Amino acid sequence: MNELIQKAKSLLESDTVQVVIGYGKGSADKTRAIFLTKPEDCDQLLFDSRCVQNLAVYLTKHEIKHLGKPAIVAPIPVLRSILQLAVENQLKESDLVILGVSPESKLIEFDSFGAIELFLNAYKIQIDEKYKATIDKIKAMPVSERFAFWIKELEPCFKCYACRAACPLCYCPKCTVENNQPQWIPAASHLLGNLEWHVMRAMHLAGRCTDCEACYNACPMGIPIHLLTKSMLQDVEEHFGPYGPSVGKRNTLSSFNPDDKESFIR
Amino acid sequence: MTEFEPKIVAFVCNWCTYAGADLTGTSRIKYAQNVKIIRFPCTGRIDFMLLLKAFGEGADGIIVSGCHPNDCHYTSGNFHARRRWIMFRGLLDLLGIDVRRIQYSWVSAAEGAKWADVVNTTVTAIRELGPYTDYAKVANYLEKEANV
Repeated sequence: MNELIQKAKSLLESDTVQVVIGYGKGSADKTRAIFLTKPEDCDQLLFDSRCVQNLAVYLTKHEIKHLGKPAIVAPIPVLRSILQLAVENQLKESDLVILGVSPESKLIEFDSFGAIELFLNAYKIQIDEKYKATIDKIKAMPVSERFAFWIKELEPCFKCYACRAACPLCYCPKCTVENNQPQWIPAASHLLGNLEWHVMRAMHLAGRCTDCEACYNACPMGIPIHLLTKSMLQDVEEHFGPYGPSVGKRNTLSSFNPDDKESFIR
Repeated sequence: MTEFEPKIVAFVCNWCTYAGADLTGTSRIKYAQNVKIIRFPCTGRIDFMLLLKAFGEGADGIIVSGCHPNDCHYTSGNFHARRRWIMFRGLLDLLGIDVRRIQYSWVSAAEGAKWADVVNTTVTAIRELGPYTDYAKVANYLEKEANV
């Protein structure tokens, strides 16, 4: 990863960027996000298979924006999130420097969002067969059993909102759950509130989620909330065709086609 | 035991289905009284959370209805709504929320008879499905525990 460290150093030295967002050593055997503002600190940067956190989440955070222009270490899931943020007009090309990392751990630089899209064409979002099988298994249950299954799965949720905090696409400055006039979703850990929160989270990510699994990785209770978004990705593909963030294209649910087909409306 | 009377909430758009339901009334067409109509500016305004709230408050069935495609007063509200419903229905189905209890329809301002038919068939279907106890149990589980 010398290449990455040298590049980060030179970016900070030339003052092209004021902060480098990357992965560093965390507690125990884990890695964590680090924010480097001095060239001499760049040696702390590392990249390996443990680096699964989606760093794109920091790009829209007020505290990080305050540090100045960022350079961001971006493996494929992060690149996808960056592109999706660009689609939603949350990022401009001049806002950041992208230090792309290929699956072979090679440094790739991108000068435009278009270049990211071109690169990602070779790495389309694909839902793992094992998840497909799990989703199919759940869908095959009778409706009451399925409901009981999910209520049980969601029961441990105590609404820490780590899933929201970890998601690069949950960037609203004020979330619906913080609205208390009226209180849309009960704040307490309540079966109904838990269900409503996860339905809402999944729906707000419908047609936007880039399948990085940051929500699932962040969940302290290990609730398989990524199955909801994965299933919705499947639905998007089934009903509205191949899916993936693309600059200039609108999100699935913020666009429409007069010829959209469904079978359940009378 | 008295016969189960389904509680149905209808979310309808102001321009088509609400006017259509009005026509049903002015045409003196009789239909089931189980439905409570809530008027919205447009089907595009019908937040998916409102449907969950209706179930949470004890509805046994829901009707969502608006203008036919291409007839939206705001040009595209129903097209957006349709996409949202397609996605929402898939999610609810995965979660085991009974999608048979939600009837979507297009009812124009001239279709008073269709509105009566939509309500009647929905009420019949929900009557057969019975009260939505699965959801009610979850919505009221704190009260239930207190009663035990």
